[in-house]
Amino acid sequence: MTVGIVSYGGYVPRYRITPEVIGAVWGNDGAAMGKGLNIRAKSVPGPDEDVITMSVEAARAAMARVPWVSPKDVGAIYVGSESHPYAVKPSATIVAEAIESSPVMTAADYEFACKAGTAAMQTCMGLTLSNMYKFGMAIGSDTSQGAPGDALEYSASAGAAAFLIGTERPMATINHTVSYTTDTPDFWRREGQRYPSHGGRFTGEPAYFKHVLACAELLSKKAGIKPADYDYAVFHQPNGKFPLRVGKQLGFTDKQIDTGLLVREIGNTYSGAIMVGLCAIFDIAKPGDRIFAVGYGSGAGSDAFDLTVTDEIKNLKKGPRSMDSMVKDGVPLDYATYAKYRGKIVMRGA
Amino acid sequence: MAIPRFWREIPSRYNLYGSKCGHCGTLDFPPRTVCPECGRRSVGKMERVKLGGKGTVVSYSVIHDAPAQYEMMKPYVLAIIEMAEGCRLTSQVIDVDPAAVKIGMPVEAAFRKLGSEGEAGVIHYGYKFRPAG
Amino acid sequence: MRDVAVIGIGETAFGELWDKSFRDLGIEAGLLAIEDSGITAQDLDAIYVGNMSAGKFIDQEHVSALVADYSGLADQHLPTVRIEGGGACGAIAILQARMAIASGQHDIVIVGGAEKMTDVSDARAGEILSATADQEWESVFGATFAGLYAMMARRHMYEHGTTREQMAQVAVKNHKNGALNPNAQFQREITLDTVLKSGWVAEPLTVFDSAPLSDGAAAVVLCAMDRARKFTDTPIRILGSGQASDFLALHDRRDLTTMDATVVAGKRAFHAASLTPEHVKVAEVHDNFTISEIMAIEDLRFVKKGLGGMATEEGETALNAKVSVNTSGGLKARGQPVGAVGIAQAVEVVRQLRGEAGKRQVQNAEVGLTHTLGGTGATAVVHLFGRAN
Repeated sequence: MTVGIVSYGGYVPRYRITPEVIGAVWGNDGAAMGKGLNIRAKSVPGPDEDVITMSVEAARAAMARVPWVSPKDVGAIYVGSESHPYAVKPSATIVAEAIESSPVMTAADYEFACKAGTAAMQTCMGLTLSNMYKFGMAIGSDTSQGAPGDALEYSASAGAAAFLIGTERPMATINHTVSYTTDTPDFWRREGQRYPSHGGRFTGEPAYFKHVLACAELLSKKAGIKPADYDYAVFHQPNGKFPLRVGKQLGFTDKQIDTGLLVREIGNTYSGAIMVGLCAIFDIAKPGDRIFAVGYGSGAGSDAFDLTVTDEIKNLKKGPRSMDSMVKDGVPLDYATYAKYRGKIVMRGA
Repeated sequence: MAIPRFWREIPSRYNLYGSKCGHCGTLDFPPRTVCPECGRRSVGKMERVKLGGKGTVVSYSVIHDAPAQYEMMKPYVLAIIEMAEGCRLTSQVIDVDPAAVKIGMPVEAAFRKLGSEGEAGVIHYGYKFRPAG
Repeated sequence: MRDVAVIGIGETAFGELWDKSFRDLGIEAGLLAIEDSGITAQDLDAIYVGNMSAGKFIDQEHVSALVADYSGLADQHLPTVRIEGGGACGAIAILQARMAIASGQHDIVIVGGAEKMTDVSDARAGEILSATADQEWESVFGATFAGLYAMMARRHMYEHGTTREQMAQVAVKNHKNGALNPNAQFQREITLDTVLKSGWVAEPLTVFDSAPLSDGAAAVVLCAMDRARKFTDTPIRILGSGQASDFLALHDRRDLTTMDATVVAGKRAFHAASLTPEHVKVAEVHDNFTISEIMAIEDLRFVKKGLGGMATEEGETALNAKVSVNTSGGLKARGQPVGAVGIAQAVEVVRQLRGEAGKRQVQNAEVGLTHTLGGTGATAVVHLFGRAN
C-alpha cells in the first residue's frame, strides 16, 4: 500500500518588510545583510493573524482541493509550530473545528523548531498506513520572531502549509522517508522567553549541514536514484544560501531548487519552510515529477521525503490561491508598523 | 467577552452556520429560532445551513476611532456584506487598502483573530472577509 | 383614556460636568421641573426614570429608587420605574408615564432622564454606546456605534447622492441653534470647513458629524389634562405618541437608508393625533450623527426620501424655516447625555410651544414633535405636543 499527500494548501500573509528597512533601524547595512542571506523580503502576519489563523487558511485550502474528502474522515490533525499562540491549549483543536473534522478524531500540537510540520507528516503516514485513520492533516505553521536587532530578525517570517496525508488517491506518493536526529543545541527558546536564542555560527556546519546532508544521503541510498533524476528539490531554508549550498554538495542544480526556494521572497517560515516550498512545486508539478525534500529542525534533526507526483494532481479542484500569487501579493511595511503588528511595542496594560 | 458566551457561537463564527426556514426557504445568519417571514409556522422547522463564504459589500466604513480591542487594527474596514445566499452580516474587510473598498465589491470569508481577553486570556477567532479574486 | 399634559419642565446644563454626580444631576432637573409645574412633591403618584446604562457608566443599577431617595421622597414610598431602551429610554419613559396617567392609574407623574457619561474614559463610553447595537453579531466584529451610522451615511450617499457637505450642514445648523441655548454643551457656531476638516471617527463621519459625550439630566411633570389647569395656564398636551422597533442589527434591516422604526412610530403618532407632518413647525430629532437627522426628517415625512441632505443645505430645517429642527442645538450641540435625551427634547418642544424659547423662539408654533432613537434605529419613539387651548 502506498501513502502520500492527498492534497495540499499553503498560506503566506500579505505584509512584507525588507532587510534594508530593518537594517536602517539597527545601524546595520541591511542591503548587505539581505544579500548575504539571499533574502529580499520577509513576510509579516497582520495584527489579527497567528499560527492558528494561518493553519486554518492552509487547511481549508487543502480541503477545498479535494471536495471528495469528507472532513469527518480526517481522523488526526497535528499542527507543528514553534510559535503556537497558546503555551497550553492546542492550536490543532481550533483547526479541527474550523474544518469541521471534530469531534471524533484526535488532535495535538507539535514542536520541533523548524521541522515540526514534517514530523506531523510522518506521524500521519504511520496512522494512515496502519489504517488507524483514513486521512491525517499535517500542518507546519509559524509566525516566528527574531529578537529586535538580532540576525534572525532579517529572516524569521510567517507562513503555513497543510498536507492531507492518506493512502487513498494521493496526488504525490511518499516513496520513502527517513529521519536523522541528534542532541545538538543550535537554536532554542526557553519557557517564558519572548524571543529565541541561537548558537551563531554553530547553527551552520554541526547543525544544519551535518543533519541535512546525513539525512539526504540516507534518503538517496533508500530511494536508489541519482539527484539528476529528480525534477525538484527542496531543502530547509533558514536563508537563501544554505539550501543552495547543501544542494550543490549533494549534486542538485540551482534550477531543481529554484521553484521551492520561497525564502528569497518571504523569509524563513520555520515549521512551514519546506512545506510551503513543496506547495509552490505542487502548484506547477506534472504527473510523474519526482521531488526530493529535506527538512531541518534545530535541536536537532532532519526529515527527508522522496515523492512522486501522480495523475491525481490533475483532479485537484481549482480555487485556492497559488503560492506564487500569495508570494507576489506583498505590501511593504515600515519598521514602526512592523513592530506594532508583531507586538514589539510595549503597550499600556489593559 | 466571557468564554462560554463566545464558545457557544463557534459554529457560526468559524463556519458561517445560519438557518434556513423549512417553511419559506429564507436564509438567516446568525441562525434564528423563528423565521421573521413566517413566524410561528417556522417554529421547529428551522434547519442549520452553512453559508458558502462568498458575498459583496453593501456598505462600509473605515474605522478610525476604535475600541481598545481593535486599537492595533485601526484604521480598519467595517462592512455590511450580503452573502451569496441573500442574508447579510457585519464584519471586517482585511488584506485591502481601505481606499480600494467599494460598494458592490466581491469578498470571501477568511479566518482571523477577532480579539482576546487581554494578554493572558483566551483568543477569539472567527470570520472576516478579504477581496475575492 | 384621559388626555395628558406636560405641566412642568426642568433641565440641567449639558456638558462635561466634572463636579456633579448622577444623583446631583437627576435631582437638579427633577426639582426644577417640580418648581416649574407648581405642584409639590406630595402631589406625585410615581417616578419614571429614563436611563441607558448607569450600570456601565457608574456601576449603579436600581437608579429609579435612588432618584426617589435622593429627591427626599423615600418616605413617600412612591412606585418608581427605570426604563431602558438605548437612546430612546427617556422618550419611552414619557410614553409609559403618559399611559399610566391616561389609564387612570396615576394623576401626576414626574419623568426624569439622566446619564453621567464622563466618569469613564472616552473609549469606554464609546463601547458602552455600542452596547445598544448587536453585541454578538456587530460589536464582536469591530462595529462601533459611529461605524454603523457611517455605513448608513455611506449607503445614503450612494443611493441618494447625499454629500458630506450636506451632512456637515446639519452640524453647522445645530451649532448655530446651540449658540442660542444657554444650557447647551456647545454654544458657539462652527463653519462647514470645521466639520469637513475635523478628524475621522468612522468614514465618512468626522468628529464634528458626531454628538459629544455628555453629562446631564432633564425632567417633565405629566398631569391628567383634567387637573392640569389647577397648576398651570399653559399645559402642553401630548397629542399622540408612537413607538416602534426593528431588527436589532443594522445589517438585517430592509433598507440601510431608512429607519423603518421611525417611519412606523411617526405614522402611529400622527395617526393618533389626527395630524400630518405639515402641522409640525418645531421638531427635536435624534441627531446623534449628522446623517441621523437627515434620515429622521425623511422618515418623519418632513421631506421626501433622499432629499434630507438637500433640504438641510437649502435651509428648510433652519430656525423659523419650513420646520425648525433641533432648535435646542440637538444632541449635536446641546449634548447627548443618553438617558436625558428624550426628556430634554420634550423640554425644548414644550418651551417652544409655551413661547418661552427666547432668542431661538419659533414663531407661531402650534404643534411640536420629538423623535428619539434607541441603538442604530431598532427603537424609535415619536411624540407630538400641542398647545392646549
